[in-house]
Amino acid sequence: MSGRSRFRRRQRVFRWVTLTLLLAFFVLPLLGMLEFTVQGPGGNGRSLETWRTLADVSQISLEYPALKEGFLASVGLAVVTPLVMLVLLVPTMTWVRLRLPGLSRTVEFVCLLPLTVPAIVLVVGLTPVYAWVYYLLGSSTMWLALAYVVLVLPYAYRSLDAGLRAIDVRTLSEAARSLGAGWLTVMWRVVLPNLRTAVLSASFLSVALVLGEFTIASLFSKKNLQVAMYELGKSDAKISVAVGLSALVFGFVVLFAMSFVGTRPAGAGRVNRLRRRRSQETP
Amino acid sequence: MTASTDAATTRGTAVQLTDLRRVYGGVSALDGLTLHLEPGELVCLLGPSGCGKTTALRCLAGLEDPDSGTIEVGGRDVTRIPTNKRDMGMVFQAYSLFPHMTARQNVEFGLELRGRDKASRRARAGEMLDLVGLQEHADKYAHQMSGGQQQRVALARALAIEPQVLLLDEPLSALDAKVRVQLRDEIRRIQLDVGTTTLFVTHDQEEALAVADRVGVMSTGRLEQLAAPAELYSAPVSPFVADFVGLTNRLRARVSDGRAHVLGGSVPLLPGSAEGPEVVVLVRPEGVTVRPADGAGAGAGAGAATVVSASFLGGHGRVIARTGSDELVTVQVPNTDVTRYRPGDAVTLAPRGDAALAVTAS
Repeated sequence: MSGRSRFRRRQRVFRWVTLTLLLAFFVLPLLGMLEFTVQGPGGNGRSLETWRTLADVSQISLEYPALKEGFLASVGLAVVTPLVMLVLLVPTMTWVRLRLPGLSRTVEFVCLLPLTVPAIVLVVGLTPVYAWVYYLLGSSTMWLALAYVVLVLPYAYRSLDAGLRAIDVRTLSEAARSLGAGWLTVMWRVVLPNLRTAVLSASFLSVALVLGEFTIASLFSKKNLQVAMYELGKSDAKISVAVGLSALVFGFVVLFAMSFVGTRPAGAGRVNRLRRRRSQETP
Repeated sequence: MTASTDAATTRGTAVQLTDLRRVYGGVSALDGLTLHLEPGELVCLLGPSGCGKTTALRCLAGLEDPDSGTIEVGGRDVTRIPTNKRDMGMVFQAYSLFPHMTARQNVEFGLELRGRDKASRRARAGEMLDLVGLQEHADKYAHQMSGGQQQRVALARALAIEPQVLLLDEPLSALDAKVRVQLRDEIRRIQLDVGTTTLFVTHDQEEALAVADRVGVMSTGRLEQLAAPAELYSAPVSPFVADFVGLTNRLRARVSDGRAHVLGGSVPLLPGSAEGPEVVVLVRPEGVTVRPADGAGAGAGAGAATVVSASFLGGHGRVIARTGSDELVTVQVPNTDVTRYRPGDAVTLAPRGDAALAVTAS
């Protein structure tokens, strides 16, 4: 066997060992959680009772109302947070790039700042703000979205910044303007479609962060999915772990899907192919 | 303006820029620029980087606001009207097709914003793509087309909205030499065909001289000269224009009776020439003739020179010779004559007699 093929074989073995170790690191805790949730009464035998309960929406709503409340709040926050973040960040970043390039460093600094601020400091700082929000607008859990927008800023900024760097926003928007488009049309018809991947990436990161957020909700005494799971864990550990496992798997699926969405070039999709064929058939 | 543009003239719109000024951080990009475009005319703004030509075009497009001055299109003051309300088509230096749209959708974009129905949009887009010879590429995306094709689509998109003025901001500079020549001829053909008043900004003098009705040479935010290409080349009004447009020999000369005596001959002086007995005349390479020196008088006389190099340049040749007064003179010769001259050969130079601009001898 030559030295080169020995080297390749060693490399292949090293790759597999690394992959196996990594998979074990990630999968073993999940398997442990799964094993725990299917244990029979008293730790004897196997039972799918926990998962049946979890799958039965009406039963779980009745038996664990806090879980339902937390779940709905988290879903709502996972929708509202990326929306607010996008409405705030996309026009701002585009405008700074087009008209105020000198401010880009400042905006970057402000957006990355939450990475350096511990959650407890953030909560202490936000408490007086929330006192006014609760006083004026009511104390809905959905107001947590404001704090979550601050939390997701660094990740969203990075994604959108990469997207904006990948296209010539200035030329595209000037071309659209010269053709008669107002700023709203420029944003909606030209900038956003070309930031599709970046916007999706920023949104998915925000969703993943919101679905996993515990500290701020807990410190503000609000009930989201993670807080509900934590409280449930004190009374029914199995259901709590089952919900945790489901949330983790859901998060993985979302992130996995994210790596595929928006990677195809424009026009490569089946719908576009069909549309092109149809337009060619039209005289 | 050439006779070929007369038909187009009737369809275009007049443009008037008056005393435009624009300062960036203390640097004057436009310093009182005044420029008039006749209806249907194609005017090229030519100049070195930073001379203000792009700023002038962007002010006309509404993409920059002038600090002072006025812009009128068809007699209407548009100085403070936003870009999207100015009704101007623009082709940019950078590729500007919307990447998520096909060529056809790109061309239809402006029409859609003007509320045109789908059938008429489609028909107009087809017509425009046909005009630029890209009908069969209508369903392609930008990344599936070459640079030249993308710029053609951008031109079709700009023209589809039937703009009052067409603005071309160095649209050919990103293309390779051959495509650039093809496309510039095509732009001129289309411009004559549709008759839209056009402002074309470029730093390529050959491009400007080839396509424009009139060429404006700019320097430090001002228009140095605005004239037809032939006039600009043969009768530059300033040393800057003479130097910037084409090659120029700077030769010391004596002036008497309104003529400059140079290389053993004399040339008439252009208006605006410097006065005085000793001047420097700016003579084009094709304004000088060269011939091998006669055996007897070789190396003597005012036109005597020695060949430094002789180059074959395709359509023509170039001989560089050093005179007895140590001046280097570039002479354009027919390409078939290049082989007659070798470095070190004695030659005789003489002015052809074209009028030349004289500047003060320093």
